[in-house]
Amino acid sequence: MSLLSITGLNLSIHGTSILKDVSLDVAEGEIVGIIGESGSGKSMTALSVLQLLPNGAHCEGRIELGGEDVITADEDTLCALRGDDVSMIFQEPMTALNPLKTIGDQVAETVQIHTGASRAVAMGMAAEALERAELPQADFPLSRYPFELSGGQRQRVCIATAIALRPRLLIADEPTTALDVTTQAEILDLLRRLVAEDGMGLIFITHDLAVVSGLADRIAVMRHGEIVERDTAEGLFREMEHPYTRQLHEASTHVPTRPERGEIGETLLSVKGMVRDYKLPRKNLFAPPGHFRAVDDVSFELRRGENLGLIGESGCGKSTLSRAILGLDPIQGGEILLDGEPVTAGKDLSPKVRAKMQVVFQDPYASFNPRHRVERLVAEPTHLMPNRPSSAQKRRMVGEMLEKVGLTTSDAQKYIHEFSGGQRQRIAIARALIINPDLIVLDEAVSALDVSIRAQILDLLAELSDTLSLSYLFISHDLSVVRTITDRVLIMKGGHIVEEGETEQVFSNPRHPYTKALIEAAPLLDAPPKVIAF
Amino acid sequence: MLRYALKRLISLAVSLLVASVIIFIAVEIVPGDPASYMLGLNAQPDTVAQLREELGLNVSPVERYVSWVWGMVQGDFGTSYTYRTPVAEMIWQRGQVSLPLALFALLISTAIAIPLGVIAAGRRGTGVDVGLSTATQFGIAVPNFWLGIMMVLLFSVSLQWFSAGGFPGWQAGFWLALKSLVLPAIALAVPQAAILTRIMRSSLLDTLGEDFMRTARAKGLSRNQALWRHAFRNALIPVLTIIGLQFSFLIAGGIIIEQVFYLPGLGRLVLQSINARDLIVVESVVMVLVFAVIVVNFAVDLAYAAVDPRLRRRV
Repeated sequence: MSLLSITGLNLSIHGTSILKDVSLDVAEGEIVGIIGESGSGKSMTALSVLQLLPNGAHCEGRIELGGEDVITADEDTLCALRGDDVSMIFQEPMTALNPLKTIGDQVAETVQIHTGASRAVAMGMAAEALERAELPQADFPLSRYPFELSGGQRQRVCIATAIALRPRLLIADEPTTALDVTTQAEILDLLRRLVAEDGMGLIFITHDLAVVSGLADRIAVMRHGEIVERDTAEGLFREMEHPYTRQLHEASTHVPTRPERGEIGETLLSVKGMVRDYKLPRKNLFAPPGHFRAVDDVSFELRRGENLGLIGESGCGKSTLSRAILGLDPIQGGEILLDGEPVTAGKDLSPKVRAKMQVVFQDPYASFNPRHRVERLVAEPTHLMPNRPSSAQKRRMVGEMLEKVGLTTSDAQKYIHEFSGGQRQRIAIARALIINPDLIVLDEAVSALDVSIRAQILDLLAELSDTLSLSYLFISHDLSVVRTITDRVLIMKGGHIVEEGETEQVFSNPRHPYTKALIEAAPLLDAPPKVIAF
Repeated sequence: MLRYALKRLISLAVSLLVASVIIFIAVEIVPGDPASYMLGLNAQPDTVAQLREELGLNVSPVERYVSWVWGMVQGDFGTSYTYRTPVAEMIWQRGQVSLPLALFALLISTAIAIPLGVIAAGRRGTGVDVGLSTATQFGIAVPNFWLGIMMVLLFSVSLQWFSAGGFPGWQAGFWLALKSLVLPAIALAVPQAAILTRIMRSSLLDTLGEDFMRTARAKGLSRNQALWRHAFRNALIPVLTIIGLQFSFLIAGGIIIEQVFYLPGLGRLVLQSINARDLIVVESVVMVLVFAVIVVNFAVDLAYAAVDPRLRRRV
């Protein structure tokens, strides 16, 4: 008998249908992957199992957990189930823990409320659970607070909380999406080990086909609240019966068509021996403040029309480096030259130099002022132009840019909340393009997007780079994306560039051990034939 | 923790110093001669000269400032020109009314606001929430002196439960003295409680929407358990800030209520001294009030650290 059996689940929230006739089984010791893009209903399916749905939600159908229907169960029964028989971990480990309580207390709480064990006993079990989640007591005592831990370590605390009572089913909702690739690989190994040890069922929800392909026994593909295809992992990737599965797979492994480059132009950006220090708070009132060297003696060149990738994990200094290049932060050593002219922070930076570079940020939801119309948002950089355009000219320019990025002129009169994430990122690109910059810094510009949208944006970027002979500094933690769109790549670690070279060269024959580790950690999806022929 | 407290203590000392300089400049240096200001237009020149002597106005401002501050450090606030008594003694006596009144009012407002805020947030969108929201709207809108007068009419004049005003002094017995502070404390507390209820509600609602609340529920905590174990302490942090600000206001801002209830508090002392142009008293009382406000802020800073481990360890 299966552990979890969902049959004909329909979910509506305030009358809007969210899930349609979802059926899914999970057996003990089995890993079931649910794949889908944002809004596909994969998280809602998971929350339905725990009955932790938002207000106004209404479930129909059956969700049997060990023979008991959770839809009709009362709240007390559900509270007894949650955390004991079925546990869940979430995407964002940075905010998933109470900042005011120690990790020991938070893990022990699960034990205490379900077993009524004394605090001492519960703390003992918490220590054991944390050990099992690979947080050894010697380094991570129970008295630690969440803010003293990294994202990966916090996710381990969440896992320890979830497995403390050895539940029969664990639901993991995008548990590694916010983590670096090497950390992701470790967490995936941990989950795999725990499933094997405890024989629990695992539902693994993700948008990333590559992650789930190496992990799950069976996979369900969701779209618009329905399961469109389900199969064993092998079978799914072999057959791909449903066009959407195929489409998802193609988008995930999409390589934008980039024309063969001729000679690459002269040097556009030159960074020589750059150093960036952050001041640390004084240890005591009279000692000089210490500093942290975030970028240490970094040198590289970027030529006109070239796409340069910058790969590194969080905290490696890649964003610091990009802020310095954009003239947002002062540097403490070395120099940055853009088209032969120095880039400095603050007022000294001439508008002429400033106008040669633009940036597109990661979060399409947070990088626009919600109170301005798109026209004003896109036209903003025009104040850097030597002859400020009139408002009629601006309107025409904005219209042109919007068309260029695949939107329409009439979109200029809308507000940003009227657009989807992918459309917003197009608007961000239009904003960057409006003053014809030579260099665009793309800081994790496609990381927050669904794979199909990501594929479209990558195509757009490739096309623009070709027609406008733009140079990109493409910063990302996602190796596969960097591989598809860049000519050369820099690998950064601990403030240093540890490896540099032609992208294909670096990926197929990495020299530095760190690069090797990164490439090994990155989950791989079988590439479609066109890439193999590359 | 100790380092954090020490840091806050240094900032407290600096604030006091800055405040004393500003008060000194405001009262003594601008505008014109304090002695002729205190004595009025018709003063005799020799009286003015005598007062100047008495006030020590014949020495440089810097010397005067130093001796003023040094005097206060030793507990000597000078002698009131109108009452001819040491200012320190007057502040001590008046403070016995104002400080307990402020504390009493704060206690009432916190005791009302925190439970109401929790109830409103816990039942968001229900009739209870809407009712509380309307009630707090009234609480904020009603001026406290009007509320004081209405309470006097009801409880003192009609029902004769409390006296209409005045303060018998603590020597008349603790309960008797406390009883005379009940109506003024309620009058002061109601608007504060209304504001605090709203802050508590919105802060708790913000916290209830946090990711870690979902984690808590996934562990098997009931809605209420999750609220009390995880949301409450987190929601209290912004509330502490407001409590600190309100206490400062209650100490210094009791003037109107002290007038309404005829209480011999610090607020009335300031008012009387300003009318009597007794700058020595004004200067010193204002300094004491500033001191009280700054000390309260220090206490709030320590309370933050008690609630939030990030402050305890990081600094």
